Amino acid sequence: MSSEALVAARRGARRRSHWRRRRSVALLLTPWAIGFTVFFAYPLVASAYFSFTHYDLLSSQTWIGLENYEFLFHHDPQIWTAVQNTLWLIVFMVPSVVLFALGISLLMARARRGLGVMRTIFYLPALAPIVASTLGFVYLFNPATGPVNAILAKFGIEGPLWFNSPTLAKPTLVLLAMWAVGNTMIIFLAAVLDVPTSLLESAELDGAGPLRRFIHVTLPTISPVLLFAIVVGVIDALQYFTQAYVAASVAQGGQPGESVGALGYPQGSTLFYPVYLYEQAFTRFNMGYASAMSMVMLVVALALTLLILRNSRRWVYYQGDSR
Amino acid sequence: MAASAVSAPARSRVRSRPVRRREILYSIAEHSLLIALALCFLAPFAFMFLTSLMTNHQALSTNLWPEPFQPQNYIQVFREAPIATYALNTLIYATLATLGLLISSVPAAYALGVMRWRGRAVVMVLVLIAMMLPEQVTIIPVYVIFSKLHLVGSVAPLIIPNWFGDAFSIFLLRQFFLTIPSEYADAARVDGAGELRVLTGVYLRLAKPAIAAVALFSFFACWNDFFGPLIYTGETPAHWTLSLGLAQFRTLHQVQWNLTMAATLLFMAPVILVFFAAQKVFIEGVTLTGVKG
Repeated sequence: MSSEALVAARRGARRRSHWRRRRSVALLLTPWAIGFTVFFAYPLVASAYFSFTHYDLLSSQTWIGLENYEFLFHHDPQIWTAVQNTLWLIVFMVPSVVLFALGISLLMARARRGLGVMRTIFYLPALAPIVASTLGFVYLFNPATGPVNAILAKFGIEGPLWFNSPTLAKPTLVLLAMWAVGNTMIIFLAAVLDVPTSLLESAELDGAGPLRRFIHVTLPTISPVLLFAIVVGVIDALQYFTQAYVAASVAQGGQPGESVGALGYPQGSTLFYPVYLYEQAFTRFNMGYASAMSMVMLVVALALTLLILRNSRRWVYYQGDSR
Repeated sequence: MAASAVSAPARSRVRSRPVRRREILYSIAEHSLLIALALCFLAPFAFMFLTSLMTNHQALSTNLWPEPFQPQNYIQVFREAPIATYALNTLIYATLATLGLLISSVPAAYALGVMRWRGRAVVMVLVLIAMMLPEQVTIIPVYVIFSKLHLVGSVAPLIIPNWFGDAFSIFLLRQFFLTIPSEYADAARVDGAGELRVLTGVYLRLAKPAIAAVALFSFFACWNDFFGPLIYTGETPAHWTLSLGLAQFRTLHQVQWNLTMAATLLFMAPVILVFFAAQKVFIEGVTLTGVKG
């Protein structure tokens, strides 16, 4: 066989295998591609379109231009409550939960014995279904007869109203989030246990105390995981719904969904953005306005994620990088 | 570097006594703090359990210990609400959704993690975007689709999307596939195996722990899901899942905290039992989510 014929035959074989591979890729990705188109790409476009219309699901959409956005940014009194409440979560809840998880995992990494048992104990609440743990917390913190205030009373302290207080409802939700810290804690623990002991030991030999060892060795090593936890935390905070919905309706004692006043109880203090979006879309069926709200949410989610990822280059250290 | 390595054992041996004492004190303080925190984490479960054994009258008092014990609450709960129906709906939802999710996501993860082709990076970015964006951004048109198909009022809208790939599961499985040395795939390919054979013969076996973790996550996510059942089945109590039924339980039966807590614990129990049975799979899976890609 001449060398040219050999090259041609090889090229042919390569092309055939190339084509075969393309076909298997297409086959393997088909379900995902359909799902991505029907349940993600199309809804994004449709949402954008709906946001310029009046749409109540029963009659077809009528184009109203920017009216939804006009109302959203200038006239809707409730939306700013929702935005402020959600911002509060990002500013207070996310850092509290991340720092708490980091603290527990650092303590656990130093414990000599019982790591397995401890890890299980701290993880268990995260496993409890959200509706269940929220109901449990509404009971525990129920002002009149709940165990928390009963115990406080034994110490002569008059317990506050917790979920029934406009100023304390959100902080009580933070306590609930801290109790369910398990997932973040496990990821941190794995990262902290992964910090090379040789690095810590040589830092100790150089005379670094525990704090400096943490800041200069542990923190840089776990920074990618820290970044991950913050990004996930912020995205979860943007979607924060179930805890707020259940706590508000149960603490108020009304039938959820039936009276509009139940959402955000007490006094709008738990009316988070997704709760308000739910109310607009699925109890008032203002699908057009709710779509405008979801478009704003999309922009904010993208902007926040990009912002965090961008700033992270300054403090996140990936092993093997030359910085 | 070499010198310090040699002197290391010598130095730590001559560590002064006050330093050692301080370390012991630190260690005691740390352990006490950890134990105190652990007790705080267990306390809510304990109080919920105690309340679930109280009489209704007592649950409305500030007493913390049940007197008399009323374990019948756990039977009474089933009379107060159609819990068996809720459980069946939840099981149908969780089982069918998880099955579909695995069948559609594993192949996609394989194509993205093991095979090399042009456009792979672009598709991966699309998966990540779909994973990161809040569900509420796309929920309205998706709801409209299912409403046009007359499926609102059943659990079908909760199940169907899972049969078309789940971004988070694809991401997680791909992360795991990346850790499997490509020699396995290459060896099988040299033996003449097609991609489908490599996937089913080699990777499915090697990725068992990751697939188990993804299945568990999916099952638990369905078990916990509240938003989906609320919008799709909120108006049709016959199709309520446990999470929805439980959320309404307290409001339908006003202040019966003892029964509410019994129902709450019954709802938690299966999850916790499964966790204890498959703890290793779980913890490894959660850890995998935090590994950088």
